Amino acid sequence: MPKVTIDGHTIEVPEGTTILNAARMIGGDVVPPAMCYYSKLKTSGGYCRTCLVKVTKGSEKDPRPMPKPVASCRTTVMDGMEVQNKTAPDLVEARRGVVEFLLCNHPLDCPICDQAGECSLQDLAYEHGLAKTRYEFSRRTFEQIDIGDKIKLHMTRCILCYRCVKVADQVTDKRVHGVMNRGDVGEISTYIQNAIDNDFSGNMIDVCPVGALTDRTFRFKSRVWYVNPVDAHRDCPKCSGKVTMWMKGNEIYRVTARKDKYNEVIDWICNDCRFEKKEVSDWKIDGPAKIDKTSVISQNHYTVKAPSHKPMLNSVNMVGSKQIGE
Amino acid sequence: MGKKLLLKNDHISGIQSYEVYRQNGGYASVEKALKTMTPEAVVEEVKKSGLRGRGGAGFPCGMKWSFLAKPEGVARYLVCNADESEPGTFKDRYLMERIPHLLIEGMITASYALGCSNSYIYIRGEYFYVSRILENAIAEAYANGWLGKNIQGTNYSLDLHVQVGAGAYICGEETALLESLEGKRGNPRIKPPFPAIAGLYGCPTVVNNVETIAAVVPIVNEGGDEYAKIGIGKSTGTKLISASGHINKPGVYEIEMGLPVEEFIYSEEYCGGIKGGRKLKAVVAGGSSVPILPANLILKTAAGEPRLMSYESLADGGFATGTMLGSGGFIVMDESTSIVKNLWNFSRFYHHESCGQCSPCREGTGWMEKVLHKILDGHGTIEDIDLLWDIQSKIEGKTICPLGDAAAWPVASAIRHFRSEFEEYVKQPKSIQDVKHYYRLQEAKF
Repeated sequence: MPKVTIDGHTIEVPEGTTILNAARMIGGDVVPPAMCYYSKLKTSGGYCRTCLVKVTKGSEKDPRPMPKPVASCRTTVMDGMEVQNKTAPDLVEARRGVVEFLLCNHPLDCPICDQAGECSLQDLAYEHGLAKTRYEFSRRTFEQIDIGDKIKLHMTRCILCYRCVKVADQVTDKRVHGVMNRGDVGEISTYIQNAIDNDFSGNMIDVCPVGALTDRTFRFKSRVWYVNPVDAHRDCPKCSGKVTMWMKGNEIYRVTARKDKYNEVIDWICNDCRFEKKEVSDWKIDGPAKIDKTSVISQNHYTVKAPSHKPMLNSVNMVGSKQIGE
Repeated sequence: MGKKLLLKNDHISGIQSYEVYRQNGGYASVEKALKTMTPEAVVEEVKKSGLRGRGGAGFPCGMKWSFLAKPEGVARYLVCNADESEPGTFKDRYLMERIPHLLIEGMITASYALGCSNSYIYIRGEYFYVSRILENAIAEAYANGWLGKNIQGTNYSLDLHVQVGAGAYICGEETALLESLEGKRGNPRIKPPFPAIAGLYGCPTVVNNVETIAAVVPIVNEGGDEYAKIGIGKSTGTKLISASGHINKPGVYEIEMGLPVEEFIYSEEYCGGIKGGRKLKAVVAGGSSVPILPANLILKTAAGEPRLMSYESLADGGFATGTMLGSGGFIVMDESTSIVKNLWNFSRFYHHESCGQCSPCREGTGWMEKVLHKILDGHGTIEDIDLLWDIQSKIEGKTICPLGDAAAWPVASAIRHFRSEFEEYVKQPKSIQDVKHYYRLQEAKF
């Protein structure tokens, strides 16, 4: 089994493991962030470039370092490989650059976005981003469209991670949406505004790392940190039926799939469970869902572990972003 | 007069047609290879010749061929990359338009060497009329028994197909080309696996430039050793250069590797000097994506040696004082040229052509273009120049395919060598330049 060292931690992993997954096996601080990689979706990853790492030693056989930073989600581990993630200052700088690129055309409309609080891009920008934008041109905008009666597509917020396209490819039985156009005017869309009508299409809401695809039955109902996540299950003929319900009192606001600590779905769920079953009597409750203690949802407010900066008043302020250099 | 290998019959009228081409020694390499050589021997000759890829990267062709995986029972493919989209490069078009049979002959010989029974020529959408020329030539080759079943009575069979692209620069990148050829969206694949292991339809594939494949013909005819005698050092053979810009005689020239750059620009045989006797300001030596060099550095290396037209000499000094031979798109700029405006035009191109798969290139190319326009427009600040530098450094080497690098290098080199010109634009805004007002600055900063 190949042995890999990431930021000084050595681990033996099965043949064919990617650097990112090896880092996840180690856990903690060495795990690079990933916006487009999704372990449940084949061929995902490699697009967003946030998981870049520096390979300082290729392998035991060929110890030359790799000339460029590599996408850890798509690079397999070789025996004796040495990888730097957080310990390489130039890499941290490069990642900051990637985050800045991702935010270039992002509207930063977190105050009115349903995803706020459980948004991967928010977390990423909070950890790696700059507090102020250096991009001073008008951002690309798109009309919001409804793809089917349950899903809203807000393309302006999209970071083109291709996850939803892979869901359509691999989870649903007929794919009706994809990427149109190219470059920074590329957009996720269905052909001539076709409705997405499929039993598992709702999963694309869960995989979306930003607020581009949102649940129309939950839009503007509540901020996510005001609803309580509760694990529940039911006997579903189509899917595993294991879900997280988001409740306020006895009312179910929305139903999502259960997610792991990397914000990835554990089991795909069907649209019946997600959109139709909104009565408590439909479900058997398993108990409160496990939510990271430092997350927005668990705290009902943002907290900074060690406040090391001045409060941000009158400055360009993305919700929860860290002030750098002030 | 330098030796010519590819364009030696270019002056003969009617060379486009099969009869004239055949009368002038055409298809000799196919006869020689199929009847007297084993496929391995052909690969060996190409290895001996030291031929390097003519598409831009300059990877040794023989080595690429020997990397091709040869599992039992799996088809192998040869794909000719005729998606010549690099601004400033037009040599492949010239070659295919003037001597289409040379490419077909090279394709047959190379396919034989690699053991392919189906080969493809992927040609860019804008060259639609060239694809017609190629298709006619292929039909002639079929009619005369050079393609199809049992070529010239041997056991070898080959079908050759022309596929027209839809007009995207990115499809010149080999894996994007393969995706497009398969009928998918032209997005580069993430490597590894490399095409030599899993390329077209998941089968081992070699992708070569038009000029590289054409060069196989003289290599097989005259022998690899003979070919390696031409040129200098590791840059063997001849190279087609597309000369354009402020020169008296723009066009495609076949040069022997190692020709001094000064001779190429000023001699009557080639470019014939700068138009109107003006002074040389800068040269982009290998197509728009390679670093631009000012006159003093393109004529002489940093060490004071004369710069030669070869892979090594042009790259001498790294990117600090050197450039690359690239695809041979030689763009000459005289003293009247505005480097900033020229750079904006390049950036506009890369912004338009970015496929949008990975974020640094998708967002960065557009950002650079807009900042450049802001500077051109007279609204720039000194910080904008540093910002440009910062953006390009964050794109370079962080992307899936080399388009990100190609977009970053011109910006980096222009700032490196012509920073004063940028500062001039910032300090003394020439009111509004004669570029259209393309982008709206965001009024309310939030």
